[in-house]
Amino acid sequence: MATCSFWIDGKKYEAEEGTNLIDAAKENGVFIPSLCYFQHIDPPLGTCRTCTCKINGRNDPACTAYIHEGLQVEVNTPELVDMRKALIEMMFAEGNHFCPACEKSGNCNLQHMGYELGISVTRFPHLFKDRLIDYQPKRMIMEHNRCIKCKRCIEEVLTDDKKRVFMSVNRGNETMIGIDYEQEARLTDEQAVNAMNMCPTGAIIVRGKSMAKPFGERAFDMVSAQKQFKRNVLEKPNRGNFEKKTIATVSLAGCFGCHMSMLDIDEEIMDIAELVSFNKSPLTDIKNFTQRCHLGIVEGGCCNTENIETLKKFREMCDILVVMGECAVWGGLPAMRNTIPLGECLEEAYLNCVTSEQGENTVPYHEDLPKILDRIYSCNEIVKVDYMIPGCPPTATHIWKVVKSLLWGEDYSLLYSEFKYD
Amino acid sequence: MSTDVRQKFFAVDPERAQLLSALWQHQFQDRYISRQVIRHLADKYQLSEIEIEGVVSFYHFFHLKPAGKHTIYLNNSIIAELKGFDRIRETFERETGARLGFTDPSGTFGLFATPCIGLSDQEPAALIDFYPFTNLNALKVKDIINRLKEGKSAAEICDVPQENIRYTPANNRTIFFAPYTRGEAIARLATLKQDGVLEQLRRSELSGRGGAFFPTWKKWDTCRNYTASHKFIICNADEGEPGTFKDRVLLSNQPGSVLEGMIIAAYTVGASYGIIYLRGEYRWLVGKLQEEIEAFHAQDLLGKSIAGIEGFDFDIRLELGAGAYVCGEETALLESLEGKRGEPRTKWFYPVEKGYLQLPTVVNNVETFAAVSRILQLGVDDYLKRGIPGSPGTKLISISGDCERPGIYEIEWGLTIAELLELCGAKDPYFIQVSGPSGEPISIKEKFRRISMLDLKDQKDIRCGGSFMIFNSQRDIVHILMNFSEFFKHESCGVCTPCRAGNFIIQRKLERLQNGLADMNDLKELKSWGTLMKTTSRCGLGKTATNSIIQSLERFDDYFSGRFAKTDNSIIRKFNHQLAVADYERYKP
Repeated sequence: MATCSFWIDGKKYEAEEGTNLIDAAKENGVFIPSLCYFQHIDPPLGTCRTCTCKINGRNDPACTAYIHEGLQVEVNTPELVDMRKALIEMMFAEGNHFCPACEKSGNCNLQHMGYELGISVTRFPHLFKDRLIDYQPKRMIMEHNRCIKCKRCIEEVLTDDKKRVFMSVNRGNETMIGIDYEQEARLTDEQAVNAMNMCPTGAIIVRGKSMAKPFGERAFDMVSAQKQFKRNVLEKPNRGNFEKKTIATVSLAGCFGCHMSMLDIDEEIMDIAELVSFNKSPLTDIKNFTQRCHLGIVEGGCCNTENIETLKKFREMCDILVVMGECAVWGGLPAMRNTIPLGECLEEAYLNCVTSEQGENTVPYHEDLPKILDRIYSCNEIVKVDYMIPGCPPTATHIWKVVKSLLWGEDYSLLYSEFKYD
Repeated sequence: MSTDVRQKFFAVDPERAQLLSALWQHQFQDRYISRQVIRHLADKYQLSEIEIEGVVSFYHFFHLKPAGKHTIYLNNSIIAELKGFDRIRETFERETGARLGFTDPSGTFGLFATPCIGLSDQEPAALIDFYPFTNLNALKVKDIINRLKEGKSAAEICDVPQENIRYTPANNRTIFFAPYTRGEAIARLATLKQDGVLEQLRRSELSGRGGAFFPTWKKWDTCRNYTASHKFIICNADEGEPGTFKDRVLLSNQPGSVLEGMIIAAYTVGASYGIIYLRGEYRWLVGKLQEEIEAFHAQDLLGKSIAGIEGFDFDIRLELGAGAYVCGEETALLESLEGKRGEPRTKWFYPVEKGYLQLPTVVNNVETFAAVSRILQLGVDDYLKRGIPGSPGTKLISISGDCERPGIYEIEWGLTIAELLELCGAKDPYFIQVSGPSGEPISIKEKFRRISMLDLKDQKDIRCGGSFMIFNSQRDIVHILMNFSEFFKHESCGVCTPCRAGNFIIQRKLERLQNGLADMNDLKELKSWGTLMKTTSRCGLGKTATNSIIQSLERFDDYFSGRFAKTDNSIIRKFNHQLAVADYERYKP
């Protein structure tokens, strides 16, 4: 095989003729995000489209292109970067991805790509389609909520006599990856674990094996695929005279975890007390706004009418509105109910529940009670949100860095480890 | 010719290629594909059951649950909606006792919706046990169901769809509907030879009439230059684009010219075997096509040494699709022919190099084949007298929607939209969808544009894949776009992210528009997301699915700017409070 010259973003590189573009780029230190690409699947699947680049002037996925002399590739133009980001966001919006409750968190390619591309929120509305969790296979659980239909498992997981275990079923937005119970039972333990490991998300889970690796030792725990990923640490700024600012905080449909995280700042809270004062907040126990605030920090999304009212009040009373944590950003864990009609949730909780007392099973309804919404709404759907801090929960340093930056215009650096929450 | 010899032509087909036919057989016999059948087929083809199930669930005419002794498919395309889909649906539901999407409790009737069944000029229409019933109204539906209940079969009582050929160029300038004699074009092969055929096609500037407009001679010439054990000619009769029915009329009115075109292609590229991939919706045309194939055999125009040309052996068989729009995409069609899910291939090779069974294959549209045989019959010099310079010949256009005379119009290239609208008697046209939902919407302001193949060279002309859907000014554009979006959401093959998820997301956004919650920002997002799908999708379906949305936003500014707030600068977003608590309010004691 001859060595060829090819160009990425105007820079000349060399690779062997016929090498897959993704591999050739990687060898030369250029990062092209990809999910469904697996070196030995030939022809490549080309399903996820995450590696879309401009190849010889055409938008095409890099995984279906091979190196030949004079190949011209654009990878990092602003449009392409945004396009690839959008595709990953689309996957998050399409499936029901609750990372904090997922076994694969930290080993998940999709989550990893999310971090690599700097996604804090998806631009698309979450679809919250009710999807099956299939517990029927002997050893596996198929979590269709998490599947991105990359088709890796279809091509790779075969029984010893070469029969497929997985196959796409249905069509259109109903497409899912079906599993053959009979063939699944014929896989060896090793083959089953391999199937789980090759899944780029947590869609294939093998019972008893999914938590084998502790957090901290997982594939993507603290590693970035890109060498210089926001590692530049800025010097501490020279602070002049500070004007003391007021902050209000609240927890809506959340778990107070973000507030707890905020307190994790430990002794530094003494410094902060000098810089800011808290108005309405669970920290001060002030119930109503007594003045207009510089900054409002909201945790949690909206699950009932009171949440909406509070959120609107915050919007009115605060100059800058920041929402923190996954629940506030897009719904988070409470949004697990979004795939199920409200009626079913209420009846399960209050009417058909085994622990409810005889004759006591009614759905609570009173004029003094807030009304429950048909689904969880993210804060952004109700009011205009100025900034979002993702994370479940975001770390204390992260939150305070944002606050300081917003209130006094300080630049700040964000370490890779500071926005990894798994 | 004996069946033995005939089978030899098709011996190259692998067993698996018969999967779709086998499934059709069981679907007809049992009215669904049972677990036992799946098990049996899995054993037969040495596949796992899930692989068979994957195929069954891909095609919407195959059911995993019993679909009723009589299976009724109602067309839910936008044209059907205009013509009273809802009313007809209600009548069917009342008369059969089956709800849409289900069977009645006794399992006698199954009622399902399906995208366009190619009868847009005689809507409302339905297929009952795959026989056509057209121009339905409440009384007629009642009558049909009663007769079915009495034990009549759908075959006995079905309608014969009208061909509605409304216009052909004056002074006998018609190409497609000229008098036809079997074998007239084939007779010219002996003198023309392969090079002569290609030369005639090159001069005629004939290009792919399925809508891609790729020069036919180039396709054939490329295929001819590959050497292979077998080559194939495939006629793409999977006319799935809603609002299009020209191929149906051609196959019904001029089946011979289509077959003859395939035979000419076979002669030119050196193929020995042809397949007509007919969409399941046109199953009622099977008999006619089989008869025509037999007639060709009887005249030695198919089989061994066709028309006395030594060594020219060719045969044609029919294959039935099973309800999947995406199979009109040529590589998806090939997958389907091989007995697989109709998922488009990644574009490594064009079918002319590696097509059916990875062997060189020519895939052309029905109209292209018909045109080929006519060009040879007339001679290219005569053909060139039609149309305009740079775009010679005629084009079949299916017209439906708000006009007095829906049907087939054979126009000479170069006619203006205004002239065509005049011909079909369109009163107050406002929004004209050209080439189906994946094509482009045209505003009546652009009515002086010509219809020609010159589209790409300058933007003044418009190319047309074969249909005009006309909507008058009373129709709601968002409603039309919603219908298209629902169609694409359902018909995406589900392989690539932007198309599978994108169409779903776009529909949610359109719902916002419909519910009055949108502002200009939403429209901007709609456009940008549509562009994303266009640039990143794997095949034509995803690439074109948002065309109509993007272009409507550009061309119907008067409609959109009047309906949606400029930009929402308010800090409180629009929110439908009542709707959000409606579910909970039901628990009010």
